[in-house]
Amino acid sequence: MGGLQKKKYESGSATNYISRNKARKKLSLSLADFRRLCILKGIYPHEPKHKKKVNKGSTAPRTFYLLKDIRFLLHEPIVGKFREYKIFVRKLRKAYGKAEWSGVQRMKENKPAYKLDHIIKERYPTFIDAVRDVDDALSMCFLFSTFARTGKCHVQTIQLCRRLGVEWMNYIITSRSLRKVFLSIKGIYYQAEVLGQTITWIIPYQFAHDHPTDVDYRVMATFTELYTTLLGFVNFRLYQTLNLVYPPKLDGQGEFSLKSECEEDYALESESYSEKLAALSASLARTVPSVEDEEAELDHFPAEGVKKKKKNLEQNKQKKLFEGLKFFLNREVPRESLAFVIRCFGGEVSWDKSLCIGSTYDETDETITHHIVDRPTIDKQYINRYYIQPQWVYDCVNGKILLPVEEYFLGVTLPPHLSPFVEESEGDYVPPEKLKLLALQKGEKPPEEDEEEEEEEEDDEDDEEEDDQSEDEDEAEDEASLAEMEEKRAQGKSLSVKVTPGKVKPENRMRTEQEEKAEEKRLAIMMMKKREKYLYDKIMFGKKRHVREANKLAAKRKAHDDANKPDKKKKKKKC
Amino acid sequence: HSSKRSLTKIYAYGHDQDQRKFWLALILTSVTLQDIRNTVGNIPMEWYKDYPHIGYDLDGKKIFKPIRNKDELDEFLDKMENPDYWRTVQDKMTGADIRLSDEQVDLVHRLQEGKFGDVNFNEYEPAIDFFSNEVMIHPVTNRPQDKRSFIPSLIEKEKVGKLVHAIKMGWIKPRRPKETTPQYYDLWAKEDPNSILGRHKMHVPAPKLKLPGHEESYNPPPEYLMSEEERLAWEQQDPEDRKLSFLPQKFACLRAVPAYSRFIHERFERCLDLYLCPRQRKMRVNVNPEDLIPKLPKPKDLQPFPTTQSLVYRGHSSLVRSISTSPSGQWLVSGSDDCTVRFWEVSTARCLKTVEVGGAVKGVAWNPNPSICLVAISYDDTVVLLNPGLGDRLVSTATDQLISSYEEPEEVKEQPVQWTVAEGEGHEQGHRLILKHPKAVRQVTWHGKGDYLACVMPDNGSSLQVVIHQVSKRRTQNPFRKNKGLVQCVSFHPIRPYFFVATQRYVRVYNLIKQELTKKLMANCKWISSMATHPGGDNVICGSYDCRLAWFDLDLSTKPYKVLRHHKKALRSVAYHRHYPLFASGSDDGSVIVCHGMVYNDLLQNPLIVPVKVLKGHTITHDLGVLDVTFHPTQPWVFSSGADGTVRLFT
Repeated sequence: MGGLQKKKYESGSATNYISRNKARKKLSLSLADFRRLCILKGIYPHEPKHKKKVNKGSTAPRTFYLLKDIRFLLHEPIVGKFREYKIFVRKLRKAYGKAEWSGVQRMKENKPAYKLDHIIKERYPTFIDAVRDVDDALSMCFLFSTFARTGKCHVQTIQLCRRLGVEWMNYIITSRSLRKVFLSIKGIYYQAEVLGQTITWIIPYQFAHDHPTDVDYRVMATFTELYTTLLGFVNFRLYQTLNLVYPPKLDGQGEFSLKSECEEDYALESESYSEKLAALSASLARTVPSVEDEEAELDHFPAEGVKKKKKNLEQNKQKKLFEGLKFFLNREVPRESLAFVIRCFGGEVSWDKSLCIGSTYDETDETITHHIVDRPTIDKQYINRYYIQPQWVYDCVNGKILLPVEEYFLGVTLPPHLSPFVEESEGDYVPPEKLKLLALQKGEKPPEEDEEEEEEEEDDEDDEEEDDQSEDEDEAEDEASLAEMEEKRAQGKSLSVKVTPGKVKPENRMRTEQEEKAEEKRLAIMMMKKREKYLYDKIMFGKKRHVREANKLAAKRKAHDDANKPDKKKKKKKC
Repeated sequence: HSSKRSLTKIYAYGHDQDQRKFWLALILTSVTLQDIRNTVGNIPMEWYKDYPHIGYDLDGKKIFKPIRNKDELDEFLDKMENPDYWRTVQDKMTGADIRLSDEQVDLVHRLQEGKFGDVNFNEYEPAIDFFSNEVMIHPVTNRPQDKRSFIPSLIEKEKVGKLVHAIKMGWIKPRRPKETTPQYYDLWAKEDPNSILGRHKMHVPAPKLKLPGHEESYNPPPEYLMSEEERLAWEQQDPEDRKLSFLPQKFACLRAVPAYSRFIHERFERCLDLYLCPRQRKMRVNVNPEDLIPKLPKPKDLQPFPTTQSLVYRGHSSLVRSISTSPSGQWLVSGSDDCTVRFWEVSTARCLKTVEVGGAVKGVAWNPNPSICLVAISYDDTVVLLNPGLGDRLVSTATDQLISSYEEPEEVKEQPVQWTVAEGEGHEQGHRLILKHPKAVRQVTWHGKGDYLACVMPDNGSSLQVVIHQVSKRRTQNPFRKNKGLVQCVSFHPIRPYFFVATQRYVRVYNLIKQELTKKLMANCKWISSMATHPGGDNVICGSYDCRLAWFDLDLSTKPYKVLRHHKKALRSVAYHRHYPLFASGSDDGSVIVCHGMVYNDLLQNPLIVPVKVLKGHTITHDLGVLDVTFHPTQPWVFSSGADGTVRLFT
């Protein structure tokens, strides 16, 4: 047909990809350096569409990078720094070997360092991009900031992570952008909305880590290196948008009020300021005196839909959830998390002076409205405040309303803590607690404090109704089949024994029509092509599984409720 | 002396024998130069070839060539007589003959032998190792030290002084502490909206982590906690297969919640995912499953077709392998493994006649010619032609007459099959002709005209698998010379002289007149079980043991036009209706599926195939369901025989 015959694997997808080893050789880097470079530059392997074609006919398992990505790495100045560092290590080793201690000292002082600023700019060309990707950075920084200052990584890194985390939390408090909190068994999830982006991060509970041996801390350290840089720049910019001073400074008043206390008990002179910042109890200094004009600004959009407006209104209401409330934290509750959450929604918070720096008022303060305690009883109780368990705070935040406190009193079995991240679509299982919460949010059921029993009964009914709804169809079907079977049995008997007068079967037109349709469908499914049939079966399987899971949960709940009902009644009688 | 040295040097380089003469000339020039100085310099002496002189001396006077008038003879005489001839050379510069002295000859000899020119030179003097490994107490050189090495340098002093001054003044800071805390600034101050497209289009952003559900709560609703069995099952599973990576737990209060032991692991796995996991953009198939179902004409519009089971013909005590209807549609014959053949009246399900034969009946076939009343029955290696004597007496007697009117031809041919006329008791039962085959016969089928009968004797080894009998002439033919695989079933073309032979995987179409292979149909299945030909003759359906039914359109291609996989188990038999656009298939799953199969006269329009009804009635015994299906010749009714010993009629 004219022209040279095309050779295989010399064009198309085979030339667009490069295997990892080849890429490494092309960049002439060691595997560790290549890994570091990929992490920093955000280069990841791609799964080609036709793996065999890309793999030049072989089916050996290989990871492929885009050739374009690798070419892009070739120009990276940081590669030079890696080589410099390699040379530095070699020189240092030599100096050690020769016992040239002054040389070692000098070399250590001139250790080559690199900056990641340009990489951050390159990976996130706009600020919003960076904010969108800050989730992992936050989780990692918060994890690293809880590490002990020995062993696993540099102390500077830990300190830096701690500082950045505190800065971030302070920003969230000031901008009041926290939306959801979730106490999981892994840690505490927070979700905030920053510049229109939902950001979720997790903070582990405050315990010493049992460091696993099968984790490569070098990889984590490289990630942290990148993440701290990213988070620093993001924080700077965020502080700028709120006219806050960066690095954060405490507000004049706050500083004053804190200074009155004896601070040398807690920390060194050099560290006390950062500790105070970390206490999260005082507001931050602004470059421009604060003016409360944010809400006004927000409300001025004329073209907004009603729905959006409503949502905005709701959000503003949520932001002021704890305003006017005064909390006092007992010493056994997670102080930092609670202080952060309460302050995010406008509440005032304090704790025992001996617990941490930065407490603003004492336990004896008469204006305290809520005292958060996590123990069964407390000796000395003040009459004009609620003694509640910490879950109340989190549930209020997720429910966006102040929930009735009765269920959260000391020594009371807590209601289940639900995940605020689950959004039930149609056909999903909704736990009854969630329905109750939704009802409360709508204001349908005003909390009845006196008639607790009634309420609970109502709840039970509610539950049953719920279950009934979900299982309605099943039961109906079951009943129908049972009836049919009985009928059949009856007919069989009658045939063998005696003749009964024939009944005119009322022809259920709807039913026959439905059956006809079902058969039609079944026959049409027979004629489906193989591929389509496969897809169809898969979809139907998924749907069925979904329904099955929902039914299973509902059944479990029902069984649990049935088992617990007598207990409850007994308790009530005792009461 | 110096010339000698240079010579030795030169000689050290050149060892070539041819060059020896040249060296000699050189020596001579150096020797003679002292006497007659030729001032022409180092030029080719040929330039003076035609002149009487050969150069000029120091005073500028010509040096004349010596008179040379020697001819060859003189030369020869000279060579013979002069004892020094061998040591005489001509000096090119002066043209004079020179006799070499003894020393010179000796030198030449030495050089020729590759020795040094100087006699006294000792090549092998003992080597003195100056720089040995032995450390000596005295230096090799005893040079006194420079003064500058023990007097402080003024220049350096000046330089140090300057530095010290600079440090004192604070201009230079020695060992300035390095900046350890990173400096942050507004990185996105100059945000270029055009640079947003920084990444190429193949960039796949990392998906965010899945958000936790209710089950991860420290105090989840009770239904999310695992029961004991679920927990055990969870523990048995591999960590990769688990749906939840953790066990849901319930704690009474927040204080009781311990640290999560896999927290660092999970973060680390996220890191690994970010940089190691190959990413691929996957398009989520967002299809409404209803859209996938093909739009077919409604079965209601395709009536008539059998819909309900109306009659059950009971009587057989074992599997009913084969059934066949009479051309009028009034009678039905069924052959069973209980060694009987039963004749039924279709409309009443009454068994009119039972004929016992000597073995399990494999196939029955009613002669399609309405003027002949004859049924072919195959059992073991025998095919019996039987006159049931049902229906019109005239037809029955006509058939008997036809058979008895046969006259033996003059020359008797050797035939593979033995024809005998039934007599005695067999004759009373209706047996007319008995054909003894060499092997077991599996299938019998009539040609449309009713004269020819084809029998299948499956056997992998021999070429005698199919025989065609002509009843009127009592003749038997073996149409095939070669064995082309295990024959499963055969069928005559309803109109043209074609013959279909189905082997395990192929259907071969033979032209009986031209005696050649016309077509070979590839059935894309593992093992064909049955075959039926459309009354139009251009379409064939094949049922196979791997649950497929293949529809061939002979005009289109040799590959199936459509393959249906509507049965759950192996197909046992397929059948076309003679008038209505219907075909049916019976399978081991106990069901008969009736499909609408419309063939258009227009060649451009492909056949329309729509399944219209699934008929169930047969019970499955010994993993066998429906063994044979056949249509009523005139009505849209279908008969099916099953392994449960019944024949059923669906109307």
